[in-house]
Amino acid sequence: MFIVDVLSGGVRGGTAILYAALGETLAERAGIINLGTEGSMLAGALTAYAVTAETGSPWAGVVAGALAGGLLAAVHAFMVLSRGANQLATGLVVLFLGGGLTAMFGATYVGKAIEPFRPWPIPLLSDIPVVGPVLFSHDPLVYLSYLLAPAMWWLLFRSRWGLILRGAGETPAALAAYGHSPLLVRYLAVIGGGLLAGVGGAHLSTAYANAWFENMTAGRGFIAVALVIFAAWHPLRAVGGAYLFGAALALSPALQARGYGFNQFALDALPYLVTIAALIVLGRRRVNAAPEALSRVFDLTPTR
Amino acid sequence: MLTKTRNLLAVAAAATMLAACATNSSTAAPAGAASAAPGTGGTKIGFIFVGPKDDYGYNQAAYEGSQAVAKAFPDLEVLTAENVPEDDNASRVMEGMIRKGAKVIFATSYGHKDPALKVAAAHPDVVVLQQGNIVDGTLPANFGTYFGTVYEPVYLAGIVAGKTTKSNKLGYVYAFPISQTLDNINAFQLGAASVNPAAKTYVVNTSSWCDPAKQAEAAKSLLSQGVDVISQHQDCTATVIRATEAAGAYTVGYHADATALAPKGWLTGSQWNWGPLYTAMLQSIVAGKFTGSPYNANYRVGLKTGENPFVQSPYGPAVTEDAKALVQKALAKISKDGSPFTGPVTDQAGKVRVSAGSVPDYKTIESIDYFVTGVVGKIPAS
Repeated sequence: MFIVDVLSGGVRGGTAILYAALGETLAERAGIINLGTEGSMLAGALTAYAVTAETGSPWAGVVAGALAGGLLAAVHAFMVLSRGANQLATGLVVLFLGGGLTAMFGATYVGKAIEPFRPWPIPLLSDIPVVGPVLFSHDPLVYLSYLLAPAMWWLLFRSRWGLILRGAGETPAALAAYGHSPLLVRYLAVIGGGLLAGVGGAHLSTAYANAWFENMTAGRGFIAVALVIFAAWHPLRAVGGAYLFGAALALSPALQARGYGFNQFALDALPYLVTIAALIVLGRRRVNAAPEALSRVFDLTPTR
Repeated sequence: MLTKTRNLLAVAAAATMLAACATNSSTAAPAGAASAAPGTGGTKIGFIFVGPKDDYGYNQAAYEGSQAVAKAFPDLEVLTAENVPEDDNASRVMEGMIRKGAKVIFATSYGHKDPALKVAAAHPDVVVLQQGNIVDGTLPANFGTYFGTVYEPVYLAGIVAGKTTKSNKLGYVYAFPISQTLDNINAFQLGAASVNPAAKTYVVNTSSWCDPAKQAEAAKSLLSQGVDVISQHQDCTATVIRATEAAGAYTVGYHADATALAPKGWLTGSQWNWGPLYTAMLQSIVAGKFTGSPYNANYRVGLKTGENPFVQSPYGPAVTEDAKALVQKALAKISKDGSPFTGPVTDQAGKVRVSAGSVPDYKTIESIDYFVTGVVGKIPAS
């Protein structure tokens, strides 16, 4: 069924972006923007693929991919937090670092076969018409993301940890006055964000495409960063945005496989247009939702 | 001068009774007419590739061809350059190779044509060969294009696909609607329909030579339509093959033997073997016989002429003896007729594009801009 194809493609294809967007939400809620998310995704994708190829276990791959994504984010955190470098410039440097390193070390893994994640259709639930194939016939990393998004919401808005983290993003001085270190919180948030972006990359290479290829993320890290802003730094809103992007991506092949032809350039641009349009609509009342400390990024104050 | 080359040149010289060359002083070799024939007297051969030499696809195949050349001509040094863009940088890389002593350059990507022509014009003593493109009009005396006919093994694979499918729905994932790709899709469908008139080929394009995520989605949507044999025209092929195998469907490969990725569903495919053609061309060039030879043109080889760099991949376990016999029959027919596009060929609208019995030439085939009857899908509007 056409609609099932597009929607299940949306969930499948949106998951990598969702992980990255949740990670970026964490970092930005603490007041640090990380444009290097794409680099962390690439690092996660390659490392997960390589470790899966060597160990035979995609779970080991995901753990390694998360660590690689976190490691790259740690470079960003160090430059920005300990050396006072410009966040935007450092993010781009980290992005290109990730792209270059993965292209170099990844060459030997192009075309190498792995035992990837298999779909785990959930018994009973996957038999429900439409809903079953759309939501419950995926690989385990997709199910994990179902749990992660609400968990992230709870963490940010209902837990003491979340209060501290958001404090680092809103009024770090007040946080410091209460005896917490904004620096430490921000380090953890940025590195945690990188870990999640790494998992997103791992999903791409070990569950979705089952292949590694140079620059295979093809801009998904940037989509994730844009999603966070349009989703007004809210983890649950990011879910809708990520799936919308995925669904728009799935639309073109679903149409073509049924013999419909459209203007290819329009179809290729559609995922970006739909995501932006929908999130503008969704996020328009939330213009003041930005964490206060993020404004420093744009008036070029070093973040120390 | 190097022994092997000298031997070849000596033969040429004896045959033509020509004087020693005047222009190449120290490495001068007896070949050519009054001046040196282009491509002779070099110490090196240059190869440029648009991508990495280990991409498990187009560029790796060309690189392996260059290594076969190195083996066949142990006295000539083979220079290779990877990731050479299809712009003025390509001219610079080729110029550098010529400065190092290369007298023969293989520019192996379609888009290297214009830089290759430029270099050929600047160096009349160097032979520049371009892989895959076509040059209109009279070619310079030191320039040639060459390619195989990939659609021949694709047609044969189409026969296997047509005999194997249960749903009569075949799938094809392709990158861009250029004639090379359209030729393959058409040949695949023609091959399938020749043994199974009910077979149809569903096509999905990805607008990229390698975007694994898009490929995954393309394969999924074909499989959910009931397609049970999938082929592709992509630079990286693993994603589609894995998705097809995981769904229990059959794979027709491209670029390489990927039996390892699809132990159950592998049928056959097309793969590359450039070595023999490169070697044959070089033998003619170093013998001073390039100008005016078939290589000094838009040289195309197929089953009829031999030396086709595209060969059929080994069969997988699911292929029946019946299908193999049909392939043998078609092979013999194409070797005689010269083309899988022997008429009648009709397009999707039912219009006759190749009249009954006529055999289109390579140039006609390489400018095809339509899908044949039985292909489901539209060529994307641009």
